[in-house]
Amino acid sequence: MAAPAPVIQVEDLTKSFAGKVVVNKLSLRIRAGEIYGFLGPNGSGKTTFIRMLCGLLRPDSGKGVCLGYDILRQSRQIKPLVGYMAQRFSLYEDLSVRENLNFMARIYGIDHIRATVAETIERMNLSRYADQLAGTLSGGWKQRLALAACLLHKPRLLLLDEPTAGVDPKARRDFWDDIYGLAREGVTSLISTHYMDEAERCHRLAYLSYGNLLAAGTAEEVVASSGLTTWAVSGRQVHLLVPRLKELPGVEQVVPFGNTLHVSGHDGELLAASLRPLQDGVHRWQQVEVNLEEVFISLMQQSGGH
Amino acid sequence: MGISSFFSCGRFCAIIVKEFVQMRRDRVTFAMMIGIPIMQMIIFGFAINSDPKHLPTVVLAADHSPFSRSLVAALQNSEYFRLLATVATEEEARQLVDLGRVQFVLQIPAKFGRSLVRGEQPALLLTADATDPAATSNALAAFRVIAERALARDLRGPLLHLRSGPPPVNVIVHPRFNPEAITQYNIVPGLMGVVLTMTLVIITALAITRERERGTMENLLSTPVRPLEVMIGKIIPYIIVGYIQMGVILLAARFLFQVPFTGNIFLLLAVSLFFIAANLGVGLTFSTLARNQLQAVQMAFFFFLPSILLSGFMFPFRGMPVWAQTIGSVLPLTHYLRVVRGIILKGNTPDQILTHLWPIAVFLLVALTIGLKRYRSTLD
Repeated sequence: MAAPAPVIQVEDLTKSFAGKVVVNKLSLRIRAGEIYGFLGPNGSGKTTFIRMLCGLLRPDSGKGVCLGYDILRQSRQIKPLVGYMAQRFSLYEDLSVRENLNFMARIYGIDHIRATVAETIERMNLSRYADQLAGTLSGGWKQRLALAACLLHKPRLLLLDEPTAGVDPKARRDFWDDIYGLAREGVTSLISTHYMDEAERCHRLAYLSYGNLLAAGTAEEVVASSGLTTWAVSGRQVHLLVPRLKELPGVEQVVPFGNTLHVSGHDGELLAASLRPLQDGVHRWQQVEVNLEEVFISLMQQSGGH
Repeated sequence: MGISSFFSCGRFCAIIVKEFVQMRRDRVTFAMMIGIPIMQMIIFGFAINSDPKHLPTVVLAADHSPFSRSLVAALQNSEYFRLLATVATEEEARQLVDLGRVQFVLQIPAKFGRSLVRGEQPALLLTADATDPAATSNALAAFRVIAERALARDLRGPLLHLRSGPPPVNVIVHPRFNPEAITQYNIVPGLMGVVLTMTLVIITALAITRERERGTMENLLSTPVRPLEVMIGKIIPYIIVGYIQMGVILLAARFLFQVPFTGNIFLLLAVSLFFIAANLGVGLTFSTLARNQLQAVQMAFFFFLPSILLSGFMFPFRGMPVWAQTIGSVLPLTHYLRVVRGIILKGNTPDQILTHLWPIAVFLLVALTIGLKRYRSTLD
């Protein structure tokens, strides 16, 4: 099967604000129907990158194609094909759910507005709140409304900027079910998030720090390319070991997970050697799979993050 | 440490410094704090003159005796009247008053000199545009004195006896449009323009700034909507609001203040569209310039203050010095006041309105152009 044309393909995309480089020569390819995760600390350039894709910001340099259109010159053609959900709730709080959807439907010039809006309300389970003011909805329902609003015009690409921030686990689960459903219909999604479980749900992901792309690929690829080794230690009063562990050569991270500590470092042999004297039978030691969070924390430390 | 834990000079000074820094950063508030007192001082101190002088006057003379000539000369030398020209016909004179080009017409009847010498107390007719009573009353009072003094100088020798006894001339004042000098007749129609200016500019100044402040602009810009659509879309609803406001004021004028409606009300409604649109254009331009809603309101006040003070609403336009009149003539309210008073009180016809309409139209065009140019279709 010939690979279909990528939905997003950008090269050397750069954007600065007041002399500060926010996105630095970013190159990225996202395939059709893919759920692409965007990770990185606050201020890493995720939002700026997403905004450049949908024409909200003009890149300083570089080039890119989104859905077959040039992102520098053809943002007017791109906009009708994209559903963008801003980080902050950006529908009208003084309009009801239905009024907001009607407004967006009209802006996108949708046919059969009434039927489409009714159908969307039904599908997104918003019926109970249809005539409630958007400002009075809870975080989770605001998010559903925002998602509903950017699905009205049946976009081919969803750009979702931290859509699940401050949303409870059930609402997050529902949200991801929707995204998977859309992916099956061929809708591509680019989702920025801080949640590791969400990162693992993505088909592929990218890690950004200070505007630089530090890692990209499937979760397995990202973990494998990190070169990290992790040991787990559990047992009674395991947390008392933390200060000692942090002093040992080769130890880069010590992270508590309940009654277990994860100790990781890049040099696997040095780490094993450092830990050997501590394996006295009191605690249970075992080498485990490296998880994404350890990879990201390590990437952040390397790039001089806070 | 005693008292210093309750009051620390260091903390106190830190607050003061911080406040000054913030004040300097917030340019609009700073400009307003400085600008408004200065503006008020200048306007109240120099521009406002409830005793306007040098009012434009034309003479319609049917007599060319030395008496007529000294009368005209005295008028020219007086502070209150500024002679523009002599006109030949009554029709011409009336047209000038109707258009608001002149405030007074002095009519010297035929054989004025001969009647004066004969002691017949000939009549002098002074027609005044009295729509704004404050603008004319002092000049009218001064006129009798000016006329009597001028003639007294000529009544010498055998005519000396005319100086004693009853006044040698009979001054007839004919105040047009608002003969009873009822201030409300002038104020109430004017108020329409003032209310429209104040509310419409503020409302639209908030229109786009609110979108930006609440974050809804981000959503709007990610959709295919175009700048002109947003601008016009935001103007139309407020045009309707403007007409509702007009309706309320017109009803109040008619039934509360019994202002006589001389002209065509539909003409007024049609012409007002330009004025309403001009104000909305200004508001929208402000809202593309302001960074937040507070700034937008502050800018609206910057516009409103000179509008109300320099347009001839509060104080007679002709009482102001030239520079103040120049600023006033740029503002749409100045011209709209003439339109409203012209139609309601003088019964002006469409062709007479035209001279006041084009400055409003030009203003509207400029405001909308700046607004559209300033509207940013990205978040940059």
